[in-house]
Amino acid sequence: MIASPAQTVLEVEDLCVDYLTERGAVRAVDGVSLDVGRGEFLGIVGESGCGKSTLLFAIARLLSPPAQISSGRVRFEGRDMVSMNEKELRRLRWREYSVVMQSAMNALNPVLTIGAQLKDVIDAHERLSSRDVRQRSEGVLKLVGIDPEHLRSYPHQLSGGMRQRAMIAMALVFTPDLVIMDEPTSALDVVAQRSLMVQIKQLQRKIGFAAIFVTHDMSLVSHFSDRLAVMYAGQVVELGATRDVFAEPKHPYTVGLMRSFPSIRGPLQPLTGIPGAPPDLAHPPAGCRFNPRCTEVMPRCRVEEPELYAVNVKGTYDQVRCFLFDPRAAREGPE
Amino acid sequence: MIADLPSRPGGEGRELLRTAGLTKHFKLGGLFSSRYLHAVDSIDLAIGENEIVALVGESGSGKSTIARLIAMVYKPTSGEIFHRGRPLSTLRSRRDVLEYRGRVPMVFQDPYGSLSPVYHVSHGILRALKLHRPDLSKRGREQEAEYLFESVGLAPAREFLAKYPYELSGGQRQRIGFAQALACRPELILADEPVSMLDVSVRIGVLNLMSSLRRRERISFLYITHDIAGARYVADRLIVLYAGKIAESGPVEDVLAHPKHPYTQLLLSAVPDPRAPVSLPPTPEVQEPPRVINPTEGCRFRTRCPYAIDECARVTPPLRVLRPEHEAACHVATSDLEGAEELAHDQLN
Amino acid sequence: MGVNLVADQTRAVAPPESPRANVLSNFAGALLRNRKAMAGGALLLFFALVALLAPVIAPYPPQAILFDQILPPSPQHLLGTTGNGQDIFSQLLWGTRESLAIALVAGFVATVVSVLVGVTAAYLGGLSDHVLDLFTDVFLVIPTLPLMIVIAAYAKNGGVLVLIVVIVITGWSYGARQLRAQALSLRNREFLEAARVRGERNLYIILAEILPNMTSLIVANFLGAALYAVLAAAGLQFIGLGDPNDLSWGTMLYWAENNGALLAGSPQWAIAPGLCIALLGGAFALLNYAFDEISNPALRPVKRKR
Repeated sequence: MIASPAQTVLEVEDLCVDYLTERGAVRAVDGVSLDVGRGEFLGIVGESGCGKSTLLFAIARLLSPPAQISSGRVRFEGRDMVSMNEKELRRLRWREYSVVMQSAMNALNPVLTIGAQLKDVIDAHERLSSRDVRQRSEGVLKLVGIDPEHLRSYPHQLSGGMRQRAMIAMALVFTPDLVIMDEPTSALDVVAQRSLMVQIKQLQRKIGFAAIFVTHDMSLVSHFSDRLAVMYAGQVVELGATRDVFAEPKHPYTVGLMRSFPSIRGPLQPLTGIPGAPPDLAHPPAGCRFNPRCTEVMPRCRVEEPELYAVNVKGTYDQVRCFLFDPRAAREGPE
Repeated sequence: MIADLPSRPGGEGRELLRTAGLTKHFKLGGLFSSRYLHAVDSIDLAIGENEIVALVGESGSGKSTIARLIAMVYKPTSGEIFHRGRPLSTLRSRRDVLEYRGRVPMVFQDPYGSLSPVYHVSHGILRALKLHRPDLSKRGREQEAEYLFESVGLAPAREFLAKYPYELSGGQRQRIGFAQALACRPELILADEPVSMLDVSVRIGVLNLMSSLRRRERISFLYITHDIAGARYVADRLIVLYAGKIAESGPVEDVLAHPKHPYTQLLLSAVPDPRAPVSLPPTPEVQEPPRVINPTEGCRFRTRCPYAIDECARVTPPLRVLRPEHEAACHVATSDLEGAEELAHDQLN
Repeated sequence: MGVNLVADQTRAVAPPESPRANVLSNFAGALLRNRKAMAGGALLLFFALVALLAPVIAPYPPQAILFDQILPPSPQHLLGTTGNGQDIFSQLLWGTRESLAIALVAGFVATVVSVLVGVTAAYLGGLSDHVLDLFTDVFLVIPTLPLMIVIAAYAKNGGVLVLIVVIVITGWSYGARQLRAQALSLRNREFLEAARVRGERNLYIILAEILPNMTSLIVANFLGAALYAVLAAAGLQFIGLGDPNDLSWGTMLYWAENNGALLAGSPQWAIAPGLCIALLGGAFALLNYAFDEISNPALRPVKRKR
């Protein structure tokens, strides 16, 4: 499902992000390319150290030293964001795109009421009369299912789930075209998590914003995202329609991940997970980064790095970074 | 008894640990405050030999408090814990307490905080061996530590012994936590959310380790978690905790197939399962378990319960057996059962 | 133990080939790269050498009244002579011993008291914590200079020991607060719970589990206390509350002041010890800053949860 240019809200092209440490540059994001269409929900899934949060920060242009974008492009509605300065970015921020952080509950100022914080956000980006500010604040709270009387509440008076929804309300106050979310539900219990996800999806359908949702928990996005990108060791290893990725995972890592979720329904099956641990990005393994842990490893994998290969799935293309799907190898036959 | 599945030989054998009316309240505020947080109230549970019992609950349910009460980190406000029939409150001498600690050790949640950063990772094990296995010499301890590392899957053990925590991954550190618990030749390991902070792909390895320890060493586990799916994977019995009280308990498959308590039903519906079709449960205003401070009588779940009746606000529901070995604390579920029994009785006559 | 459990399909993979950099060599490396640490360390080393080698370097016995009074600087008397006819340069060199000793000893003892009070308060908690806190607060609030003067005045001309005692009494409470705060934050770390659950005694936990995790704060405290000691000792000796017959930079200042050195045409008599005091204090300050810089981000291994 490749969105046509006119409908593309975000285009990331070959993005590389490095952390400059004393021992040299460590590449946290290595050549990531993806795009998000208007109104599309893209899930980015990966475990710790895969670079998904760094990728998110880079897209939102929120990186701070020692991290920096060393190459690649991020185009938001056609405009190149990497080359913009702070002033230009500020015009875009919050109105065209907004960000919801992980553990947003701690990002709320404990000494200001919700209403005051919403007002701050609004004032920072637009000049509105106080009546308009109030109207918009009430409107956006109602949108996320919080009683507008909580404008007068302090963050500690709200439950964790409500605080998270307040953060989402803040992110939506200017009805941006793109909302970037970094594990916004991870600090919540499972019931609150579920209801928040449902709410986010409903909001998305209603307002029509595109969403990028980063999480370590695949099952969380399984029902909500249109497309899914799986990241490992700084690279995208699989990218495709969520349905397809779940029904038929291709990359051995994705397959392994899917096998790591015990289920409460159906027969009890022995699971194996994925032995080993993600590589140290300062010293990645030679060849394919997943090869030390891969069950399908071939000699080639230890030497060459695979690219993203397009795999035809029911008329659309999924992308897989694995030699098993190298079309040239298929043509040439086994070595 | 070797099987591929984390099989269920069942809770055969003697009872290892039992709690009776276990209660813990924490005082909130200063010296003169009268506000008490009811972390757990009147918990009766039992764990037998060769059994994995999962204690499932969300945050604030009291599950970690129960673990710490059993581990003698906290003292109960009231109620008693029995270890092989002996009340813990009678353990006075250091030797008795030490012996208990060896039989019932604990594994912690945070792989990044459960090992001291300034020592080698073998430090905890060597100390545990020194305290609990005085029969071993220094060399004996080192050999035992190597053996323990290997038995939790950290091989070659010699290389691991000299590492510092920051050199290892989260999964490896958790395995060390288990090795430390094993050092004392335990009967029952209290595992407080041992996999919640690990990556998904690593969790299964640790859960499998627990299963194999139970199977081959006959060590019981009290597996504390908020993840029902993981609980199903390893446990024989399931205890569902809500706001400091037991809501439901029974054999794990039976509880999952026939959840009696509305909270259990809610939990099950909220578990994300990629293989299940999507269902959108109704979203009431209150989404989280309460903090229970100076509570009144009545069911603590009633504000979120779609089935709540008058009685739920007046009378605290006791645990009643509703199916074989399966109990739940719910007036509505009980009256359902009684109604069905009456119906069956009537139909028979 | 019975059967070997090695045949577990999901065995952990052997540790990665990480460079065997341990905490100590990391730290040493960070030290060497930090300019403040190098500067402070060089100064401290310099003074230590001077103190050690004073008998060898000093041209004359420091207290010997051998020469004419108030001689200007010359090749025989690099800094001239005192109002009593003693060589100032020799005095300066020998005086390093006492000044340095006071700084190190007083700093050390004050730190020990801080650690005892602060960590015990944090670990015991409850009523003991309240009592110890009150105790700390009382000492924190008392104005130090008047207290120092009062105590030193009562123990007239008491010498080095009195000075050290006074400095410790007035200097320990600040560190105790800081150490208590850090110990409190450590108290909830799971490795401490793990130690308790495996049956360790309280004293062992404090000494072997808590303290080693506080070394950087303890050392920083020591450096701060030593700095305080340098200045406090100099100040007390300058106003005559030390033993004027001792030989240290502070007493040199006392005698210089008494003899109106600045007016009498021998300003170097006052400036030289004053400069040394400033430099030694500066050395401790630099090391303290450097320590803070190093111990905050770089040393602790950074691992995110997810």
